[in-house]
Amino acid sequence: MKIVVAMRQIADLVEELEVDASGADIDREFVKFVSNEWDEAALEEALCLKEAHGGEVVVVGVDDVDFDQTLFGALAKGADRAVKLSCGFEGWMPTAVRAEILARWLKDEAFDLVLTGVQAADDLDGQLAGVLGARLGLPHAAVVVGLEPDGEGFKVTQELGGGVTLTSHATGPLVLGIQAARQAPRYVPISRIRQAMSAGGIEEVEVEAPAARAPRVTRLFAPEAKGRAEMLGDKPSEVAARIVELIRAKGAGVS
Amino acid sequence: MAENDVVVIAERVVGGYPDVTFELLGKAKEIASALGGEVHCLVVGDSEGHECLGASDHLHLVEGEHLWPYNPHAWESAISALLSELNPRLVLASTGTVGIDLCGALAAQSGAMLASYVVDLSVQGSSLMAVAQLYGGKLMAECDLGDGPAFVTAIPGSFAGLAARVDGVADPIAHRHDGAEVRMRHVALTEPEKTGVDITSEEVLVSVGRGIGGQSNIELAQELAEVLGAGLSASRPVIDQGWLPKAHQVGKSGKKVKPKVYLALGISGAPEHLEGMRQAELIIACNTDATAPIFEVAHYGTTADLFDLVPEILDLIGG
Repeated sequence: MKIVVAMRQIADLVEELEVDASGADIDREFVKFVSNEWDEAALEEALCLKEAHGGEVVVVGVDDVDFDQTLFGALAKGADRAVKLSCGFEGWMPTAVRAEILARWLKDEAFDLVLTGVQAADDLDGQLAGVLGARLGLPHAAVVVGLEPDGEGFKVTQELGGGVTLTSHATGPLVLGIQAARQAPRYVPISRIRQAMSAGGIEEVEVEAPAARAPRVTRLFAPEAKGRAEMLGDKPSEVAARIVELIRAKGAGVS
Repeated sequence: MAENDVVVIAERVVGGYPDVTFELLGKAKEIASALGGEVHCLVVGDSEGHECLGASDHLHLVEGEHLWPYNPHAWESAISALLSELNPRLVLASTGTVGIDLCGALAAQSGAMLASYVVDLSVQGSSLMAVAQLYGGKLMAECDLGDGPAFVTAIPGSFAGLAARVDGVADPIAHRHDGAEVRMRHVALTEPEKTGVDITSEEVLVSVGRGIGGQSNIELAQELAEVLGAGLSASRPVIDQGWLPKAHQVGKSGKKVKPKVYLALGISGAPEHLEGMRQAELIIACNTDATAPIFEVAHYGTTADLFDLVPEILDLIGG
C-alpha cells in the first residue's frame, strides 16, 4: 500500500496576525509558520496504517515557509520519502493552485491513498481533499475519522455532525480529508529530527506555479467586536472571586 | 434567465432539515432578486419532509441508486449532473458535511469560483462579494467572486435573520440519477454511543480547550467541575487528542449546549465550537490570548492563566 500525505504550512494561530500594507493578506514577514495540525493527523493515520498493514508513506507539499521542518519531522516519525515541490510562489496560495501543483506531481506516482488534513485555516477557496479529488478524477471524502483496508478497497468513516458517523466502502485510489487519526499525532524527540536533518533526504522538485481561478481578496480585517466580553482583569485571585460571584448570582452549581 | 439563478443544496443527511437550509433559502431569495433570477432547491436522496422548502421557486427531488443514506461519491455525481442542466450563477451550501465534502470538487469540475466559511454575501454591480471567516475566526476576508458562476459555503447562523421556512410546495420536479460509476457503497450509519454522559442536561459546564495543555491537566478541570456541581465538556482539539471521550464534545460535530453557566478554559473559540455553545445564558471565558474569538461571544472574560485561576476558584469554594 502506498500512501501519499499532502502537507502544508499555516500561520501559527497562537500568534497575533497582522494585515500587511496591501490590506489583503497577513503580514508574512513576522508571523511564524507551522505544520497544519490536520495534516499532522493525516500523517499519523498514514503511519498507523503502514505499521498495521505494511506499505510506504510519502509526504509531499509545496515549498511553504519552513516546510523543511515539517518534512524532516515526518521523516523522523517514520515517513519513507519527503518531497518538496518548489515553485517560488509567494503570498496566499489558493487551494486551487495547491491542488493543481500536487495533481501534476501525482500523475507520475502510483498510489492507493492520498491523505491530507480536512481543512486549513486559510483555505478560502475550498478544502484540498475535494478540489484535488476532482482534479484527479478520484473518489474523495472529507471529515474522515476512520480508515481501514477492506478487501479490494477501504472502509472510510466520516463524521456527519452531532456525533453521527457514516461508514462507506470505497475502491481506490482515494483522496481523503482527515479530521482525526486513530491516535493523537506521535511525539518525536528533537534528536531524531536532527538525525533526519543530517541525513538529508528531502527530494526537491521544481514545478511551475499554475494560474487558477480563485476569489480575489479585496480586504482582510479583524472582525468587528460585537458582543465583546467585559474583561475581569488578569489577577487570578480577583478574577476568581468575580467568577464565583457571577456563578452564584445565576443560582446555579456552586453549593 | 438560468445564468442569474441561485441553487441551494438542502443538506439533510440525518434527521430533519437544519436551520441553515432555511437561512440559505432566505439569502438565495435576496441574491436572486438582486440578479433578476430564480431560486432552485436541490434535495438528494430521501425527500421526506421536503414540504418545508416552499421558499424556493423550483424544488428538485433527485432519487436514485446509492443516494440514500448520504453517499459522497453518488451525491457528487447527481448534483453535478443537475447543476450542468440548471447552469446557475450561484450555488449555496453550508460548511457542513456536504459543503466540505462536495463543493470544492463541484466548483473545480465546473471551473466555478468558490468561497468557503462565508458569513456575508451580496451583489455589487456585476460581482458577487463575499465576506469569509479565516484563521480560526481571527480575521475576515472580503472577496470578489467576479461575474461568473460561483459556489459559496456559508457558516450556519450567518444569515439567521433571513431564514425562510415556507410550508407547501406546489410542484416538485422529480429527477432520477443512477450513476453507474459510483465507487462508494454504503456500509453503516452510526448514532453516537449512549455513555451516560449528557452534557446537554448540565446547568453549569466547565469546558476545556487546547489551552489545558495535556491529558494530565484534565484532572484539574474535573476537580473544578465537581466542586461547582458542574459537568465537564471540551472543544474539538481535546477530543481529537484523546484527552476526553467524544460524549464530552461541544460544537457542531459534538453537542449543542445551553447551560445557565458555561466556563470556557483555554478555548480559543473556533466557529465549530461557538456554534455549539453561544446560546448559553452566561459565558465566562479564560484565555491568555486577548484576541481569541471566544471573547466575542463571552459575557465576561479574563486573560489570566487558567493554571493560576482554577486553583484560586477551588480555594474560594473549598475544593
